[in-house]
Amino acid sequence: MSEMNETENIHKPRLTMHFKVEEEDFIIAGEAASKTKKALQQLGLKQEIVKNIAIIVYEAAMNIVIHANYGEVQVIIVPAYVTVIAQDKGGGIPDVDLAMQEGYSTAPIEAQEMGFGAGMGLPNMKKCSDIMHIETQVGVGTTLKATIYLHQSDAKQVETGAMYV
Amino acid sequence: MTLSDIQTILNAEVLCGHDAMDREVQTAFACDLISEMLAYAGSETLLITSLINTHVIHTAEVMDAVGVVFVGGKKPADAIINANYTGIPLLSTPYLLYKCSGLLFSNGIEGCKRETTE
Ligand SMILES: Nc1ncnc2c1ncn2[C@@H]1O[C@H](COP(=O)(O)OP(=O)(O)OP(=O)(O)O)[C@@H](O)[C@H]1O
Ligand SMILES: [Mg+2]
Repeated sequence: MSEMNETENIHKPRLTMHFKVEEEDFIIAGEAASKTKKALQQLGLKQEIVKNIAIIVYEAAMNIVIHANYGEVQVIIVPAYVTVIAQDKGGGIPDVDLAMQEGYSTAPIEAQEMGFGAGMGLPNMKKCSDIMHIETQVGVGTTLKATIYLHQSDAKQVETGAMYV
Repeated sequence: MTLSDIQTILNAEVLCGHDAMDREVQTAFACDLISEMLAYAGSETLLITSLINTHVIHTAEVMDAVGVVFVGGKKPADAIINANYTGIPLLSTPYLLYKCSGLLFSNGIEGCKRETTE
């Protein structure tokens, strides 16, 4: 196989998963994380990486359920990295820096009663990913994109801008 | 220490996962906040909580918990227990969070490693 082909192949999705998140559907987040975990385990990914991606899917889906009502979480697996994209048409995040602080939460009481609202979701997602990017507009919605490299050598390529699209 | 030893120390009832009670436990994490469990608990940690909803079961699966202890004699609904196909043992102890944690700590179970500020 030529080097050119290898470079092309690392972008080609091995697997893509979609999870629709509906209003008040608290169960979907855990199910999405659970299904993601199983699929990634079947692909033979390392336990720590599987866990980090499952955490990101769980927290991202739960944020849509609690803070935005309706949206979608996608998990795209290519040989070199995994991207989680969470998109919603909710109210948006007025101050992203504030939302990223550990302990900041606007979760309503019903969510708190279920054990959510620690204000740890976003900071933990950042910790679990190599690149995390939030695009948000008040009254329009939020798109969160998290990328996790599967190999150290690929992480270097991505950092130099060779692979990140 | 195994989960069976922990069952004895905590005078606990095993709700499910009887086959996996020989699993080794070295560290534990006690909390009632889902995101804190996901943020701080390392893998192969025993989860101690008074939350008994489906989210705790999913969280235990995501964080690769070695087992879950529900404190204060709480037990999830049968439907939630039956839906726990992961094989993670679920235990219920009559002791409250402080006593349960204290008993395990004094028997050598340490706080989970990611607890130290990074
Ligand atoms: N998709 C979203 N749409 C609108 N606001 C959001 C969204 N995601 C997060 N936020 C805002 O950012 C805050 C912090 O989010 P984060 O996930 O860190 O904590 P939380 O969801 O409140 O609690 P936890 O995740 O610990 O259960 C939220 O309380 C909310 O105000
Ligand atoms: Mg959150």
